[in-house]
Amino acid sequence: MRWIFILFIAAIALVLVQCDTNPYKQGKVLYEQNCQNCHQEDGHAVRGLIPPLAKSEYLSDPEQVACIIRNGLKGEITVNGEKYNHEMPPNLVLTPTQISNIINYINNSWGNKHPFVSYNKVAESLKACGDEFL
Amino acid sequence: MLRFFLIVFCISLMSACSNKKELPILGNRDYQTKIVNGKEVQDTIYHTIKDFNFVNQDSQPVVPATFQDKIYIADFFFTSCPTICPTVKTQMLRIYEKYEGNKNVVLLSHTLDTKYDTPEVLNSYAKKLEIETNRWHMVTGEKDDIYTMAKQYFIAAAEDPNSPGGYTHSGGLVLVDRDKFVRGVYDGTEKDQVTELLGDIDVLLKEQGLK
Repeated sequence: MRWIFILFIAAIALVLVQCDTNPYKQGKVLYEQNCQNCHQEDGHAVRGLIPPLAKSEYLSDPEQVACIIRNGLKGEITVNGEKYNHEMPPNLVLTPTQISNIINYINNSWGNKHPFVSYNKVAESLKACGDEFL
Repeated sequence: MLRFFLIVFCISLMSACSNKKELPILGNRDYQTKIVNGKEVQDTIYHTIKDFNFVNQDSQPVVPATFQDKIYIADFFFTSCPTICPTVKTQMLRIYEKYEGNKNVVLLSHTLDTKYDTPEVLNSYAKKLEIETNRWHMVTGEKDDIYTMAKQYFIAAAEDPNSPGGYTHSGGLVLVDRDKFVRGVYDGTEKDQVTELLGDIDVLLKEQGLK
């Protein structure tokens, strides 16, 4: 009887582990270190002040996202129908690889579903918006 | 079966204790000997928040009397803070939203960046958060006065060119009662601690005869 119970618990644990489907572990760690203070753990950021990443329409353009992560953002923007105007600081120490990891993590979190973004694509976008890191 | 009852007993015992939770008065105490009716009596003097005079997001003065017969929660931040502030503000919004319609619970955010965060800048920040001034004051003032106040609230804060944004500070939320005694300090970056604070606010309101 006890064995069945233990097996049952193990099965549940296994299912729970499998449920965590976001494969971008590195991106998650980088997100926690570089983005989470403002955009928060749940991607909903701060009401009225800082725009959400969860279901944000901005994410459909990965090239733009890479440049926003690198250079920050100033001025008014509209996300999911709400207006925001609070400066986002640039992130000059992140490498293009790290930026790709962050984008892929964001793209597959909080209900977001966007296609995989490769390192090459991110590097290209960064070059196009004047990145001197490369 | 016996074990089950034992567990239930322990849980009910624990909840019985938390119902009767009393909040401490924080800070150093002083003792004063007085003569009352010819007898020597020892009086305890608790740490109280000293006088202050700041200006809020509507350019109105904020002084201790602003919080007369109210309890308030104080913190220190600055509008361009790229580190812990947005997290703390998210948690303060939880408090703000829970006590919607209750004039007896007020929030008081002090800026550490007195040069940049003028009342106008604080006003636009407050507008974005869609907060009412009489329930959430965002204040600025003389730099030295703000840093002196931080110490009174047991909050570490300093200018530091090496830290992101130029200031280093803790994300503490400080619960102050109507007598200006500090009744608790909570980490505003930790959701669980803010949940505890929400419970303690209810305890304090009851203790102070406020609703």
